[in-house]
Amino acid sequence: MKQKAKRSALTKSIMKRNASLYVMLAIPISYFILFKYGPMYGIAAAFKDYNIFLGLKGSPWVGMKHFVRVFSTPGFFVALRNTIILNLGDLFFTFPVPIILAILLGELKFKGFGRNVERIMYLPHFLSMVIIAGIVYQVFSPTGVLNVIWAKVGGSQPIPFLTRPGTWRLTYWIASIWMGAGYGMIIYLAAMGGINRELYDSAYIDGAGRFGRIWHVTLPQLKPTIVTMVIMNVGKILAIGFERPYLLSNVLVDDASLVISVYVYRMGLQAGMYDYATAVGLFQSVVGLLMVLVANTLAKRLGEEGLF
Amino acid sequence: MSTIYERKTGLFQIVMILLFGFVILVTLLPILNILALSFSEKDAILTGRVGLLPIGFNVEAYSMVFNDASMMRAFIFSFLLMVLQLTLSMGATILGAYPLSKSHLPGRQALMMLIIITMYFSAGVIPSYILYKDLKLLNTIWVLLLPSLISAFNLIILRTFFASINISLYEAAYMDGCSEFRALWSITLPLSKAAIMTLSMFYAVERWNTVSDIILFIQDPKLYTLQYKLKLMLDIISIPYESGIVTQITPENFKSACIVFTMIPMLVIYPFVQKYFRDGVMIGSVKG
Repeated sequence: MKQKAKRSALTKSIMKRNASLYVMLAIPISYFILFKYGPMYGIAAAFKDYNIFLGLKGSPWVGMKHFVRVFSTPGFFVALRNTIILNLGDLFFTFPVPIILAILLGELKFKGFGRNVERIMYLPHFLSMVIIAGIVYQVFSPTGVLNVIWAKVGGSQPIPFLTRPGTWRLTYWIASIWMGAGYGMIIYLAAMGGINRELYDSAYIDGAGRFGRIWHVTLPQLKPTIVTMVIMNVGKILAIGFERPYLLSNVLVDDASLVISVYVYRMGLQAGMYDYATAVGLFQSVVGLLMVLVANTLAKRLGEEGLF
Repeated sequence: MSTIYERKTGLFQIVMILLFGFVILVTLLPILNILALSFSEKDAILTGRVGLLPIGFNVEAYSMVFNDASMMRAFIFSFLLMVLQLTLSMGATILGAYPLSKSHLPGRQALMMLIIITMYFSAGVIPSYILYKDLKLLNTIWVLLLPSLISAFNLIILRTFFASINISLYEAAYMDGCSEFRALWSITLPLSKAAIMTLSMFYAVERWNTVSDIILFIQDPKLYTLQYKLKLMLDIISIPYESGIVTQITPENFKSACIVFTMIPMLVIYPFVQKYFRDGVMIGSVKG
């Protein structure tokens, strides 16, 4: 009897404590519902002729009209192509750099020096995209320090880093390596920190050299992390931030720098075609989500862990 | 360390030092070049002689930046905005992370799902714009604070951190009739100072650096942040000067000074925050 009373008192106090936990959650959960799920009603704009005066509710439904328009507009395909090219470039050029640097940093004997290298390499991550774009425009300009060096080593013409679409892409990728390599390294350094030292010892006893140890121990141990990162990057192939392409671009290279996020901004907020721009954005979100799911499933089939 | 093999100081290590020396140089070169440009004499800039060190010493560009009242205003506004965002965001993130770190809380999985989905699917910019318009947030300071109130990523980091706190600490407190609010205040928070520092820094840096929400949602110049002012400055091709006065500065000079001015706060706090930074990202990279 006494036991039972004690238990019910305990249940009561647990319920009371759970109640206060839900009270705490009120603000965070309302935030997610209002600001993350709230905009989802606005997706309806993609299927309506959105009239700013009638509002979303009053605007008439038009079915798939805007999607038909999207897929018959050359501008959309330019934006789609550019998004994919810039992201693929990031995957091939930018993505491996932190992996290589992290592995080499692990081989460095002088750990104090290594920590300083890390500290310096994280610095660009703290700079805003506006600052980075400003720096890029100074350093890569025809009279900038890179072209000055280029002229000194015998280049007869300045390299049009910022003014021709093809070379602008190169500038975009160089900037993304510069700003992201340090930050990108952290996750691999963390994974390397978890590698059992005995694996290296036994590889050493088996006669593996330095590159043998990297090849047979470090890389296989990093594989799950690398695969996870590849999945995330493949899944994000249609997703591109707004700031980097928008701030790095200029009129001359529009043909290479117009990406989906910038296109949505131009069509929606600048040209006032909210319905059309919503359709473009929805296409991007849905295809992007599908790609994450497909990449994740593939990774699991290949025996890797995946994201979820 | 009980490893059998030791790294020898051989040719390989020398190559590595040279390689990372080069990496450091490449990382710092653009920043040093901007610093040099901002202080250099006009002639040196025009003839392309400025590299890593300033040639001459010219502070004209800086006096122009510091005399620009709108720049100073934007600086103060950005700073206040950053402090406000950090406070609101940390408060909301803690209130979310604490309950979700309790494994016994009914519905926890469903709520986590609700949060995680937002990391993979978003309605897009235009539907958000329509929502902010309906909520009358456009062109107010709130559109810069509320939509970015909680980062799902930061919340999950903090939840993982809270969940790692030894449960027996709580059990003893609960026995004494301690409420969840008390437990959060006097057990969890004192044990999580480093994690809270790190996430505060993430929020502060994010707010200080973001410019897209100004571009998308703000027209009122009173609400321009320093970063956006810098963007406007960099977009100007010629420099503003009174006609008839021969100026001692070039556009490169002026733009570089603006960049340095905007960079200062980050460069000042960087040495203090960088040690938290690495550990914070590492907590986040552990799947929880």
